[in-house]
Amino acid sequence: MAQEKDIILRHPKDPSALLDIIRDVQDHFGHVPEEAVARVAAHLKLSEAEVRGAVTFYHFFSLTPRGASTVYLNDSITSRMKGRTAVAKAFEEEAGCRFGEVTADGLIGLFSTSCIGMSDQEPSAIINGVVFTRLTPLKVKHLVKAIKTGKPVRDMVTAWGDGANQSDLVRSMVSNNIRKKGPVIFGPFESGSAIKNAVARKPEDIIAEVKKSKLLGRGGAGFPTGLKWEFCRKEKSDMRYVLCNADEGEPGTFKDRVILTEMPQLLFEGMAVAGYAIGAREGLLYLRSEYAYLRNHLEAVLEGMRRENLLGNNIAGSGDFSFDITIALGAGAYVCGEESALLESAEGRRGEPRNRPPFPVQTGYRNRPTTVNNVETLCTAAKIILHGAAWFQSMGTARSSGTKLFSVSGDCERPGVYELEFGLTVQELLDIVGAKDAYAVQVGGPSGTCLSRQDFRRRFAFEDLSTGGSVMIFGPWRNMFEIVANFMDFFIEESCGWCTPCRVGNTLLKGKLEKIMAGRGSAQDLRDLEAWGKNIRALSRCGLGQTSPNPILSTLQNFRELYEEAIDRHKEFVPDFDLGEASLEAARLTHRQPIMGETSHE
Amino acid sequence: MSEITIDGKVCKARAGLTIAEVAKANGIYIPTLCNYRGLKPVGSCRVCTVRVGGRYMAACTQIAVEGMVVENTAPDLEDMRRSILEMLFVEGNHMCPTCEKSGNCELQALAYRYQIMAPRFPFQFPVRQVDASAPKIVLEHNRCIQCQRCVRSIQTEDGRRIFVPQNRSRRRKIGVDPRLVSELTDEMALKAMDVCPVGSILRKEVGFAVPIGQRKFDKKPIGTEIDEEITR
Amino acid sequence: MSKPVIATASLAGCFGCHMSILDIDERILKLIELVEFNKSPIDDIKTFTKPVDLGIIEGGCCNSENVEVLRSFRKNCRILVSLGECAIMGGLPAMRNGIPVKECLEEAYLNSLSVAPEDKIIPNDEELPIVLDKVYPCHEVVKVDYFLPGCPPSADIIWEALTAIVEGRPLNLTYDMIKFD
Repeated sequence: MAQEKDIILRHPKDPSALLDIIRDVQDHFGHVPEEAVARVAAHLKLSEAEVRGAVTFYHFFSLTPRGASTVYLNDSITSRMKGRTAVAKAFEEEAGCRFGEVTADGLIGLFSTSCIGMSDQEPSAIINGVVFTRLTPLKVKHLVKAIKTGKPVRDMVTAWGDGANQSDLVRSMVSNNIRKKGPVIFGPFESGSAIKNAVARKPEDIIAEVKKSKLLGRGGAGFPTGLKWEFCRKEKSDMRYVLCNADEGEPGTFKDRVILTEMPQLLFEGMAVAGYAIGAREGLLYLRSEYAYLRNHLEAVLEGMRRENLLGNNIAGSGDFSFDITIALGAGAYVCGEESALLESAEGRRGEPRNRPPFPVQTGYRNRPTTVNNVETLCTAAKIILHGAAWFQSMGTARSSGTKLFSVSGDCERPGVYELEFGLTVQELLDIVGAKDAYAVQVGGPSGTCLSRQDFRRRFAFEDLSTGGSVMIFGPWRNMFEIVANFMDFFIEESCGWCTPCRVGNTLLKGKLEKIMAGRGSAQDLRDLEAWGKNIRALSRCGLGQTSPNPILSTLQNFRELYEEAIDRHKEFVPDFDLGEASLEAARLTHRQPIMGETSHE
Repeated sequence: MSEITIDGKVCKARAGLTIAEVAKANGIYIPTLCNYRGLKPVGSCRVCTVRVGGRYMAACTQIAVEGMVVENTAPDLEDMRRSILEMLFVEGNHMCPTCEKSGNCELQALAYRYQIMAPRFPFQFPVRQVDASAPKIVLEHNRCIQCQRCVRSIQTEDGRRIFVPQNRSRRRKIGVDPRLVSELTDEMALKAMDVCPVGSILRKEVGFAVPIGQRKFDKKPIGTEIDEEITR
Repeated sequence: MSKPVIATASLAGCFGCHMSILDIDERILKLIELVEFNKSPIDDIKTFTKPVDLGIIEGGCCNSENVEVLRSFRKNCRILVSLGECAIMGGLPAMRNGIPVKECLEEAYLNSLSVAPEDKIIPNDEELPIVLDKVYPCHEVVKVDYFLPGCPPSADIIWEALTAIVEGRPLNLTYDMIKFD
């Protein structure tokens, strides 16, 4: 256990190091053993229950072994649409265990996971931190065979993706799939230009410029970035922080992954600009664990910037502006994309949202004023500083300036990332991506809205369809209920469980949905779905819970006819109970005929 | 001092107080469950949800701000609160007839106050364990409503938590530190039982002196002390 | 005018709720004047002989016979009432709901110390009801119109509910009538 001691003791005796320590232990042992729990607790002066509480919150941490090679197969709807079921079956057959289990010899563990940000190249999986995309049963067969021979997982990647995916520090098979480059994110950018431009001006001017540009947050909520920075700057404090939210967990979104791969310096300069504007000296990039394969690449970029004095002390000869950026890793929890949960996680705890107010701009990271911004927002801000608010406002619509990155996946010819000006219609986007017969379009991921054809004339803009950029396209041959059920499963799994409506309500909603899918629904069940969903929306504590019933509510609204067709319209009420199902087990045990063929007696 | 209105009644609000605190100080009952005097509010149960300018917020965590127009007893709001209570009933296994806390239970008392005869949701009948391994207390997870009162109130002298949330989603539960819970003093064990609004933490070797029918909420509804304030 | 007709049944219950009906004491004489009893263990009428106005159910559904009886009540009764905790939420019998039915049956009929070696068999006669995977509250099996909680419900809540329903007026339940224990 000498090595374990090093793993733990090399960290500071600071509770905020908890997740970093757990990660090291998890990486070393493949899980967090009992002895380690006790020693981590002793090192940080925490109770063992507190350590266990943190371990069990995150999907990629475990108190029990997960296998020498741990497969996390994405279970998002786009993965299912591209053959996930057959791939999963192949994994089970080749490995010799079911999902959720580890093989008897401890060699392979199979687990499902929420969207890993590869929706344009599904089915995908992460095996020991290495991303595998476009899986097929045949590829799985070779993979598992290779794992069994003891070949390092890293060496199983033989062909690399495009751009920086090929660089020595990444060496990933992931593709960027940048289909349309726009002037803001993917336009030309000269190293250091944004930072140098910023530090030559007063911080107040930077904020004024961003405010003038009317830049709205790109994560989906659309809060004015300049205002956020101003609030943060105005808070009295000895310290302020810039946090970049690179925890894009909304199923169907992956544009931040492409920025992190191809434009990391633009992002880091955006963080530095934000830091200069609000008066921060430290920035933190909270990187979702699924993108940990990019970490070395990102660290190298940071190192390069330090060498060029774009980070560190007295940046770009500014005299008094010092700023540096560290990377914090997540560990598999969608809710950490909620900014206050992100702060909790960044401080080493369970990623459970805080009560607001106070807002992060008042009391954020380490209880100091903090601006939490999306990856794309920070990149955009850097460009605004460089080219001016007028340039930015020449693009987009009146209230939605500039461009937006769209992560397009599903039933279309050209899935990938598109940088397009705000204001285009859904139909225009569908034409660009080659989705000829789209039946439904999910905008903004499961927490967003599901559009039917009559809404394809609507526009992507904060004044109409505001979105973080996830666009999932479904053809007419898709079963909409399966999509909705998949989204609900996602929210049920990703709820932190803190508040009642989200923790309990979504399971109840899913139960209703399943009843309707089983052909046993009635008019009352539709009324219940709607009423219960609205209650969950109103009563939940954070954005996750407040949007979690959207898959059901938005399809109830836009695809009402599907629900009407699925229920028995002649019945006002059908009980949940099914005598055939309920008596099945005892009948089997006593070798009797189960009671069949009746579902309702009303 | 600022002013807010709750259901039209003008209420004086001392700076920094939550809506729930302001209501109480002004003799208005807003139901609460996870909230507990002296503990930092967590807003987990959502029973105290009120509506301010069309937006829903937990009265226990939301600071009262000058000019707020708070709705507290609108019928649709009361029904939402009822739905929260019903969710808690179906989420666990609340067998009131067998529960030591019956009559003193705040969840049950709220159900009485709201006249919940049967929940609108199907019972989930989850499989949960009873943990009697600690020397002084029994943990009846079937009844836990995740209010986090124990989490907040019971700590060691050096600030380590003994009751800590484990897992997430519907698997979330309040776990205990096996080592620290075995060192609980009599006083702390009793306190743990007392802060628990339901019968989830029980003190071992303590009889239940007050018979059913004569317990705290058997005769008077929860919140009566505040209601009586209004009529006075 | 003919008197309203009442029927009662005890499913997976302990008959405590029926005892509580009898606990209305001398008011039972008034009740007999007000209503007529049909199928019920109280008068031992085994089958419905006429349409019933008010059906009162004690106990939840733990086997196929309970379900059959409950459904026949729903069919024959204009108004259906769940009486007591077991009917409303499964009650004590539902404490088995966390245990697989296989384990329950094996414990009862194979492994229990009180089972004689020659009797070790899980009853499987076709005449017997089939045990359900769990105990179900009545309103999850059929539509139920009223719920009277308690273990047992007090005689007072039963009296108030019966007279109100029979007279067609809204129930006036006071605080001390609604108890779950």
